[in-house]
Amino acid sequence: MKDTPKLTLHRMHRQEALAGWGFIAPQMAGFFIFVLAPLVMVFVYSFQSKNLLFGGTAFYGVGNFRDLLADPLFAKSLVNTLVFSAGVVPLNLLLALALALYLGKGAYGTRFVRSIIFLPVVTSGVAWAIVWKYLLQGGTAGPVNWFLDQLGIAGPNWLFEKGWAMGSVVVSRVLKNLGMNVLIFMGAVLNMPPDVLEAARLDGSKGLHLFWRIKLPLLMPTVLMVSIVTIIGSMRVFDTIKLMTDGGPEGSTMVLVYYIYHQAFKMFNTGYASSIAVVLFIIVLVLTIAQWSLRKKVSYYEA
Amino acid sequence: MKHSSIGARIPYWILLAFLAIIFVYPFWWMLVNSLNNPADIFGTPTLLPRSWAFRNYMEIFQVQPFSRHYTNTLLVAVVATVGNVVVAALSGYAFARMRFPGRNLAFLLLLTALMMPIEVTIIPLFSQMRAFGFYDSLVPLVLIPIFGAQGAFSAFLLRQFYVTVPIELEEAARIDGLGPFGIFVRIMFPIAKPVLSSAAILAFLAVWNTYLEPLVFLNSLVNFTLPLSLTNFNDSYGLPQWHLQLAATTISIVPIMVVYLIFQEKISNAMVNSGMK
Repeated sequence: MKDTPKLTLHRMHRQEALAGWGFIAPQMAGFFIFVLAPLVMVFVYSFQSKNLLFGGTAFYGVGNFRDLLADPLFAKSLVNTLVFSAGVVPLNLLLALALALYLGKGAYGTRFVRSIIFLPVVTSGVAWAIVWKYLLQGGTAGPVNWFLDQLGIAGPNWLFEKGWAMGSVVVSRVLKNLGMNVLIFMGAVLNMPPDVLEAARLDGSKGLHLFWRIKLPLLMPTVLMVSIVTIIGSMRVFDTIKLMTDGGPEGSTMVLVYYIYHQAFKMFNTGYASSIAVVLFIIVLVLTIAQWSLRKKVSYYEA
Repeated sequence: MKHSSIGARIPYWILLAFLAIIFVYPFWWMLVNSLNNPADIFGTPTLLPRSWAFRNYMEIFQVQPFSRHYTNTLLVAVVATVGNVVVAALSGYAFARMRFPGRNLAFLLLLTALMMPIEVTIIPLFSQMRAFGFYDSLVPLVLIPIFGAQGAFSAFLLRQFYVTVPIELEEAARIDGLGPFGIFVRIMFPIAKPVLSSAAILAFLAVWNTYLEPLVFLNSLVNFTLPLSLTNFNDSYGLPQWHLQLAATTISIVPIMVVYLIFQEKISNAMVNSGMK
């Protein structure tokens, strides 16, 4: 090896470079065509007045964004998305954390719970939404209301009453994804340093004190990460809404992605819908940056 | 917990029963009522079907081309999954082990795909796929999981794996006269089997369950995939044909459930790890 001529070494490097580019070529070509180009184009469209059905594309400047500000349906969909997240995130995290701490003790039946709680996670959102739509049928027809009826409670028409629809989609969504966060938290619970916990116990810390002062701080990086991932997921909610309430009643469950879909593929207002997509992109981007900077801190913390 | 008193165990058993009702009963309810006549679906819930209407499972294939929808979904899921892991293994290996100018920049760019919600890019993608002549075909459903966020994720996963593979393995192969492609095909691809299978599971599930993309890209009934098909069991008045919808939903879930119950640990671990990436 030591008497390899310089020329050959140079050729080897060039060969390696060529091979490297060849290896990443399919992935990168696909990335440019199917990710980067559409991302650039959604920004371009957002500055155009463009309708797929009637044709015609004209530069519209910030017109679409000005229209967004004056559009009560956009404001509604933005607020509804925030309400949806504000329902899903705390409910999901509190339940997941509680279950993980409880099951993390390795009690009998933990494996069973782990399995069943994960069933909805692998099920399609469509199937889950279909089944829950039946379970939540109004009157005493649906099993949920049948059960309430046995207790002497007259259940509402969950998905068709303004006051109940949002809560219903939130709960069905939480149940769908809960298993994922439970398992993530269980991993974090098992990774808590036993010597720290032991030391705290010897100092007489237990119960709520142990949780607030010792366990929660230890789990905090995971809790924050999971919160952001869950927020991003709820910002993107679509199938649950489309299938369970179709945005209704009276737009009370109309969320951002539903509105993008409606404007783009029902009204064919491509330019206007793109400006909503840009808003969604910025929200997700900010959350992702938060997540990545947090992950750096988390891995530092774990190291 | 094993040594705790009966008093402490009772709340625990109540919790277990409660969880079982919440997470298993919806599936059981679906299964039971997929075997009921429409008239028997609602009302007092029963643990077993009232009508044992096995013909529901025949009828779903008659009212719409359901077997076609099933094959479409299977085809898309298999092709997209294979494409996803092959493309990702190639790039993941190169990003981890080869030196070439622009490598870090390319990898950084690819990472942005990881966070890109399909909901943001779907409008231009629609125009693009139409311009390519792929509208109302299964092609977009295959391309997006290979190159979009799912593809970037697999590449990321494989890169993480390949940086841990000892360099001696490559050197030995090089001495044996293998070129870069030979090394990849003979050694690096087979060695990544555990990671490849994780990536494949995640990609397969994602494709099998995807809803927005088929909703946007497909139009003709014969091209539908399962999620679209399931929402399409309506009578001529647009009211759902409950019994058929439930039967179809049941057989769309069954293969996933069976595979999940067999490879539980593997699947849940793969998904949980992906949730933290």
